[in-house]
Amino acid sequence: MVTRRSMLEGAFGGLALAGGGLLARVARGGLPAGTIESSTLETLPGKRPLLKRSFRPPNYETPVAYFDDAITPNDRFFVRWHHMNIPVVDPASWRLQLGGEAAPNVFAVSLDQLKREFEAIEIVAVCQCSGNRRGLSDPHVPGVEWGYGAMGNARWKGARLRDLLVRAGMTKDAVEIAFNGADRPPLDQTPSFIKSIPVWKALDENTIIAYEMNGSPLPHWNGAPARIVVPGWTATYWVKQVTNIRALTQPLSSFWMNAAYRIPKGKFPLVDRFTSQESDTTTPITEIVVNSLITNLSDGQRVESASPISVKGLAWDGGYGIRRVEVSTDDGRTWETADLGTDLGRFSFRPWSFAVRQRAKGPMTVMARATNALGAGQTLDLIFNGPGYHNNVIQKLAIELI
Amino acid sequence: MNRLSGLALAALTLGLATGAAADERMLRLKDAPDAATVRAHCSSCHSIDYILMNSPFMKRAGWEAEVRKMIKVMGAPIPDDEAARIVDYLARQYGSE
Repeated sequence: MVTRRSMLEGAFGGLALAGGGLLARVARGGLPAGTIESSTLETLPGKRPLLKRSFRPPNYETPVAYFDDAITPNDRFFVRWHHMNIPVVDPASWRLQLGGEAAPNVFAVSLDQLKREFEAIEIVAVCQCSGNRRGLSDPHVPGVEWGYGAMGNARWKGARLRDLLVRAGMTKDAVEIAFNGADRPPLDQTPSFIKSIPVWKALDENTIIAYEMNGSPLPHWNGAPARIVVPGWTATYWVKQVTNIRALTQPLSSFWMNAAYRIPKGKFPLVDRFTSQESDTTTPITEIVVNSLITNLSDGQRVESASPISVKGLAWDGGYGIRRVEVSTDDGRTWETADLGTDLGRFSFRPWSFAVRQRAKGPMTVMARATNALGAGQTLDLIFNGPGYHNNVIQKLAIELI
Repeated sequence: MNRLSGLALAALTLGLATGAAADERMLRLKDAPDAATVRAHCSSCHSIDYILMNSPFMKRAGWEAEVRKMIKVMGAPIPDDEAARIVDYLARQYGSE
């Protein structure tokens, strides 16, 4: 009997379902034993049970079984914070300040003003933690040991960042735009979580200050009352509870920019560069790599062969758009094209499905791979890097038809 | 503090909203010498599941680097002798030496 809990955990990476131990495991690089042992399903106020990675700061991921729709509901959306001090922000007294050396017209707006005085934009975009799937790195690397669920896809509504920068009179010598939120580090000497993006990305028409998520105010856990949304880029730049935006004439220098959230140069097939922060060997993480997730099957699952079997999932990338998803049911020897579902825009999850023809009882290895509009795809072997970023290894699920 | 501005913070209603403090108390470190030292220092800034979830794959050098990062980068006020004992505990109880 598959309990709800084993279903939720089994749908997620390195855990086999009860009884699944009899099957040969094809996937390498499951979660660390200590992660599996210490992770529990916990219910934060306003959320469904999520997989707890750490209580404080709160880091909770979405079980794979929840990803049955292209849009991730707010109560299922993952939670990720860097500091333990997270105030409950009163939306009525919240103010967003614009300033900085390259923004002479300093001003502040209330939430009402942000909604009233700036054009409202809606965009569907994937919010994915840079470290999503870090826990599956082989060898393992230190950090929050995420499985597949440190991501979600929402319809964000807010004001264009560039409209606020124009009002602030941003000057030509601006290099980066920096964001700070209301969350506070535990000690005065701990580096505050402040992040910056290049000016060209800040001026992109899709980069917004969001105050709505899927038609509702942002949940507290996801950055109420407003957060930065940088479609196509990983969530490290999507600063939550944003209170302060500054136009800088010099690159931001801090632990969170100079040491953290960086990838080795030249290892990943990325387009967007963040040149003002590049060093000889590393560069800040930027766009999300092409990826896909099988959402209706889990490794080790037994499936009735008598009724039609489908493979369902999601595919996404850094905003070029998914062109194709292919599925293999024979350990990668042959690949067939899956049907793509509703297109909610190039920054969104793209649902897909595939009808399996095989009916013979016995083991079946299911794989899925996505390709984007640039022709970029997923990798069979992990592109190893110390922080465990950009894991888009093609999944291999061992299924048994019974 | 290296904050961009503290002005907007005045407008905030303060209060911890983790709602998880009670659950965190269920977490246990392995009973061994210096477990109390580890809990006292590490849990002043984060729950100890950070230790549990990063085990047992971490080697001694990895735990050493983590403790050094907490002191040098995050500013954890841990005296040298206690830092050495913390590393030793983590390497023995939660490492793969």
